[in-house]
Amino acid sequence: MIATKTARTTIHVFLVIFGIVWIYPFVWMVFSSLKTNKEFLTSGTKLMPEELRWENYANAWVTANFSGYFVNTVIFTVATVLIVIVLSSLTGYALGRIDFPGKRVIMICVVAIMFIPKGYTIIPLFKLVSAMGLDNSILGIIVAESSGAHVLFILMFASFFANLPKSVEEAAEIDGAGFLTVFSKVMLPLSMPIVATTAIMQFIWTWSSFLVPLVLTISKPELRTLAVGMQNFVQTYSIDFSGMAAGATISLLPVMIIFIIMQKYFIEGVAGAVKS
Amino acid sequence: MANHIKVDDKTTTKSKSNLRTLKKRKAIWAYIFLAPQIIVFFVFSAYPIVMSYVYSFYEWSGIGPLNDFVGLGNYQQLLTSERFWNSAVVSIYYILGTTVLGVGGALILAIILNDQKLKGKGFYRAIYFLPVVTTTAIVGIIMGNIFGINGFFNQFLLHVSIIDKPIPWLTDPLLAVILLIVIGSWKGLGINMVYWLAGLQSIPNELYESAQLDGAGFWATLRHITLPLLKPIAAVIILLSLVSGINAFDLVKTLTNGGPNFATETMDLLIYNFAFSSQLGGGQVRMGYASAAGVLLGIFTFVISMIFGAVSFGKQVTKFRVNKKKKGGVSV
Repeated sequence: MIATKTARTTIHVFLVIFGIVWIYPFVWMVFSSLKTNKEFLTSGTKLMPEELRWENYANAWVTANFSGYFVNTVIFTVATVLIVIVLSSLTGYALGRIDFPGKRVIMICVVAIMFIPKGYTIIPLFKLVSAMGLDNSILGIIVAESSGAHVLFILMFASFFANLPKSVEEAAEIDGAGFLTVFSKVMLPLSMPIVATTAIMQFIWTWSSFLVPLVLTISKPELRTLAVGMQNFVQTYSIDFSGMAAGATISLLPVMIIFIIMQKYFIEGVAGAVKS
Repeated sequence: MANHIKVDDKTTTKSKSNLRTLKKRKAIWAYIFLAPQIIVFFVFSAYPIVMSYVYSFYEWSGIGPLNDFVGLGNYQQLLTSERFWNSAVVSIYYILGTTVLGVGGALILAIILNDQKLKGKGFYRAIYFLPVVTTTAIVGIIMGNIFGINGFFNQFLLHVSIIDKPIPWLTDPLLAVILLIVIGSWKGLGINMVYWLAGLQSIPNELYESAQLDGAGFWATLRHITLPLLKPIAAVIILLSLVSGINAFDLVKTLTNGGPNFATETMDLLIYNFAFSSQLGGGQVRMGYASAAGVLLGIFTFVISMIFGAVSFGKQVTKFRVNKKKKGGVSV
């Protein structure tokens, strides 16, 4: 669309400069995590540390218990991802593949849930999880986190299953496969791209989740996730700036690496979900 | 409809009833498949919504039985409280600000990055998308350091002599709100960019080709083809941005914690402060009061979605109805 060479060069220059500004906070974070506290405060705009202080990471990992937070976050995230895949693939299959009375009503309900603010339901949710006796366990956070309607994923599964040709299940049915077999042996394996997209997106969202783990670990610090533990770290060790940066790097690195490896999947997944 | 009748005519009564039982059996399976999601929905979404209303009528610390019924007392207190109205105004500023900056900026970026001949567009997209996948709560903490009074940003401005004394980004009420909006927009811009790209890619290429043949330049094409055709998806993107603005908690909590002096306290943070944090909630936990604020937030969200929905989808719905009528007319 844009023809002239100067215009193109200008655009590239703009995109590069703007892009550096865009991700500079992360670059700053990584370099700061390798400085001493004194350097952190006095180095001004200088990015490079005098000497790489890897011990900041060891301190954050051991002393500030980021190892514990890390393990909690992994358990919390993996379990939530699995539950969300099961729930949204089942719901998506029913909505996309089968005609049944009441389908429209359920579809409308699913979309409506998207507009319920979390701040609105967090108090009863907190009380409910406590009443179930799950408030002092990682299971409680998992249950609360994975219990929303995952509208985007349900719609992705529904439109994928709706677009598969009828012959796929007919062939299996002629071979004598029942409904469950058709779903688990034929349809679900075909939907692997959707499963993968759901897994990646939910992984990143759950890893970053804050409100639910914050509220449900209020009286149980050892169950904190990285996001919540980080907040606590800043409050407790308010003078350990490079420790803060090291903790932040530990927390952000996994999602960034997963995103960089899987970015095509992720970006196209979001785009595809909106398109359909 | 017509297809259906044809099939019915050809099939014998026996296979018809077979088909029916098969359909019925499949419907039963549909309900079984939906059951887990429906149960989860009732327990963790519908029940909490109802209970929000119930709690909101009580003065309740969250511990012990609900026995101090105050009727609409909590609502009355909220609606006459300066702090509540302030939080509503902050939320509205944040919602509008992030939508204008985040959605508008994303559109410009998407138009640039949709150029098929642009080299390295995948790389650029990934860079601008990166903040979306990072943990907001941690971003808030990092940004709090960068924009601190002696933080990197002030050091940089001093270094290049744009300013001669540090700017109090986080402790000036107005600057703190602006900073929050800017960082919130930065965080969400990438996802809006991808939404816009999806919209741009659904515009058929032939339209651009014929516009080019007609001698239309970049701006004319943008005005007469791109923007009009993006309208339907624009409505969805704006609505999603409004809704995510309402849920502004992570960033506010970690960047400013509502300060200075409640100047950046959003509705979500106000609810949290009264329900879970005794330091800011006036020394005591007030779950009933916070629930009433939650109910008002729910109504607030509903009203915003409805107003927006009525304005932007109203036209499309009437269009759809007209089309439907026309189609019906043709087939008869």
